[in-house]
Amino acid sequence: MRDFDYVRPATIPDAIAAAARPGSAYLAGGTNLLDLMKGGITSPERVVDISRLPELNRVERLDDGSLRIGALVRNADLAHDTAFAKAYPAVAEALLSGASAQLRNAATVGGNLLQRTRCSYFYDTASACNRREPGTGCDAIGGENRLHAVLGWSDACIATHPSDFCVPLVALDAVVEIEGKQGRRHVTLEEFHRLPGETPQRENVLEPGDLIVAVRLPAEAASFAANARYLKVRERTSFAFAVVSAAAALVVDSGKIRAARLALGGVAAKPWRARSAEAVLLGADANEATFASAADAALADASPSGDNAFKIELARRIVVRALTSALAGTPERIPALPASPFSSIPGARHDA
Amino acid sequence: MTSLPITLTINGHRHELEVDPRVTLLDLLRERLDLTGTKKGCDRGQCGACTVLVDGNRINSCLALAVSHDGANVLTIEGVARGEELHPVQAAFIAHDGFQCGFCTPGQIMSTLGLIAEGQAGDDPERIREGLSGNICRCAAYGGIVEAVLEAQEQLAKADRRTAA
Repeated sequence: MRDFDYVRPATIPDAIAAAARPGSAYLAGGTNLLDLMKGGITSPERVVDISRLPELNRVERLDDGSLRIGALVRNADLAHDTAFAKAYPAVAEALLSGASAQLRNAATVGGNLLQRTRCSYFYDTASACNRREPGTGCDAIGGENRLHAVLGWSDACIATHPSDFCVPLVALDAVVEIEGKQGRRHVTLEEFHRLPGETPQRENVLEPGDLIVAVRLPAEAASFAANARYLKVRERTSFAFAVVSAAAALVVDSGKIRAARLALGGVAAKPWRARSAEAVLLGADANEATFASAADAALADASPSGDNAFKIELARRIVVRALTSALAGTPERIPALPASPFSSIPGARHDA
Repeated sequence: MTSLPITLTINGHRHELEVDPRVTLLDLLRERLDLTGTKKGCDRGQCGACTVLVDGNRINSCLALAVSHDGANVLTIEGVARGEELHPVQAAFIAHDGFQCGFCTPGQIMSTLGLIAEGQAGDDPERIREGLSGNICRCAAYGGIVEAVLEAQEQLAKADRRTAA
């Protein structure tokens, strides 16, 4: 790990002033940053430790019915908050399906939004990577790329965003609260992450010094509590990133879909809100034919970026299964293997 | 970068230290304090061999800067037994053959202590398996570990009942 200056500011304005200087990085849980620093993928000159900033580790209900989750709330604490899991079950399920208990005990809400891609070429400093080192090229293109993006990728970068947590959040219209030199502003999570285009190194809308202070879930997000699921397919049953994941949330009345939310993970450089699929679902009969049409719509613009054409069909099936699981109803308790497609609906088990 | 002063309480003992900000909690424990029970496996948060409890929560000490944990209360494997008397989790690991070569075992035991304290797994083997999935052991002692966790929880509950009575 390269040498760096360590500062631990006592206030948010002091933190922003310290991090606005070039070469700075915020440190919260450290689970991703330290990993990147050890690998030489990132070498900040100054680490601004925000882990003790006051007032950022609270979850509060606002007057307008929205929920404000402080950026320093730990993933495990949020997922194990009974009231939270009851109101936003797909979010809790996504949180508990990510990483390991040790990592969830350290990782924070704000840090999860800023988690870097797990593309192996990004992590290998001997490889060309436009995201890590702009202008050097992309060794993932033409390389080992069966896990890479099928939506929104460019000739400059085919990496995916690794977060589970962000997938139901983007489906539920989460808003990111950002404090910067110009004051406080709000950006929807859908707009927060950027697609790679020609500038994959610019992963989100943050400017130097900008600090995520909270994530908000609007009041409506809780209206899906009875029919919301997160499903994640991975190469081992737990402690692995998603090959493909989906968050589905429905409001169903007399067999008709009155409201629908759908987002995909593991398919693009950002958590992917499938608005075209939501349009298919809205007002339609809640059945498998509708879900299949929605899945087609969600993947209509998908194309392989290499050896990953299978992910398009896999994503279609995960969308159908996530919607089917959501329709069947949110389980009373999050399953032992959260977000596993093998424990959620009848007929979906290995041994059935 | 000059060293920074920190205070840590480790296994009940207070330490006042000067540390380079790059030093992880794992390296501080092993290299400076000679607490080598906590193992360095992958050093990247993937194997769990470095698991310790910080303020009661299990974390990967390899991904924690010591300076960032100034003032924390740390429990390592060296602080688990009471003198010569093994902790019920340690005894259960031996009884059920969950205890293998000793490289991953300290992390497995610390992770089990965290799992039990979190109270999320109960007696469900699947929840125990998921709860301990951050600890990788290629000796494949996993089956024995699940049995050990179930028995240790029973022993601890009995001890609690005795204390209450």
